[in-house]
Amino acid sequence: MRVGVVTFPGTLDDVDAQRAVRYADGEAVPLWHGDRDLKGVDAVIVPGGFSYGDYLRCGAIARFAPVMQEVVEAANKGMPVLGICNGFQILAEAHLLPGALTRNHKLHFVCRDQWLKVENNSTAWTGRYDLNAEILVPLKSGEGGYQADQTTLDELEGEGRVVFRYVGDNPNGSRNNIAGITNARGNVVGLMPHPEHAIDALTGPTDDGLGMFLSLLDLVGAGSLQGVGIGTEVKA
Amino acid sequence: MARVVVDVMPKPEILDPQGQAVANALPRLGFEGITAVRQGKHFELEVADDVDDATLAKIAETFLANPVIEDWTVRRVEA
Repeated sequence: MRVGVVTFPGTLDDVDAQRAVRYADGEAVPLWHGDRDLKGVDAVIVPGGFSYGDYLRCGAIARFAPVMQEVVEAANKGMPVLGICNGFQILAEAHLLPGALTRNHKLHFVCRDQWLKVENNSTAWTGRYDLNAEILVPLKSGEGGYQADQTTLDELEGEGRVVFRYVGDNPNGSRNNIAGITNARGNVVGLMPHPEHAIDALTGPTDDGLGMFLSLLDLVGAGSLQGVGIGTEVKA
Repeated sequence: MARVVVDVMPKPEILDPQGQAVANALPRLGFEGITAVRQGKHFELEVADDVDDATLAKIAETFLANPVIEDWTVRRVEA
């Protein structure tokens, strides 16, 4: 499977995201922000960092990059898309995911290993996890507070679209302790913590994050790439 | 050319930790009587005469503000 990883000016974690794809036996394909071209990839990761210096709002300028026009179009057709940290902020600004990420409630940049609970294992990116499994991955962000109006929150909760929830102290003031969410179709997932930094115990706190990339690669065997209802077919 | 001011403020129901931090600092600095602070953004745009209000509203709504968390106002001022 060919998995595109987008690089914007100011992106930091594209190299680790590419490495995570290779660890899961996928082919990582670099995508450049200025190209209106997805190079025929089967899925896209929008990685973390500080695209365009976080000017205006995190993700607000990256959202309009030429490559993002292609990502939005492909995502709306069902292509699996994962946004990590700044990537999550960009997907929210692009309206692929509801809500917004705001300044951490205590204003401090948070950098720590964070326990998360997996509450939806039927997305394109979480099929490998047991429901309610707890995983430990790094969290490093200054604007990770998830905000949405009550109607949107009720919808997310009611439809099981909260994918990851913080365990223990809420690190950033996110409503309902939300760490990651998915769209209605289950192909687009965004989360603030960094699974790509936790794929090998040698270089991360755990290898718990690798499951997200293995989940994606499982879709090849399931034959449900680009398909509707990805999740229902992806139980490993 | 005209000057257009766009003010963007966090919605009242959205937590504004930066504004709170400013409010909390004021008494420490000896300034009493300020009960609350909200912090937002102020943009000044130099705009050609043929740019209409609808276009300005679209700029504010789709780019300068994120309507999920922020309210905005657009006004033309004397340059």
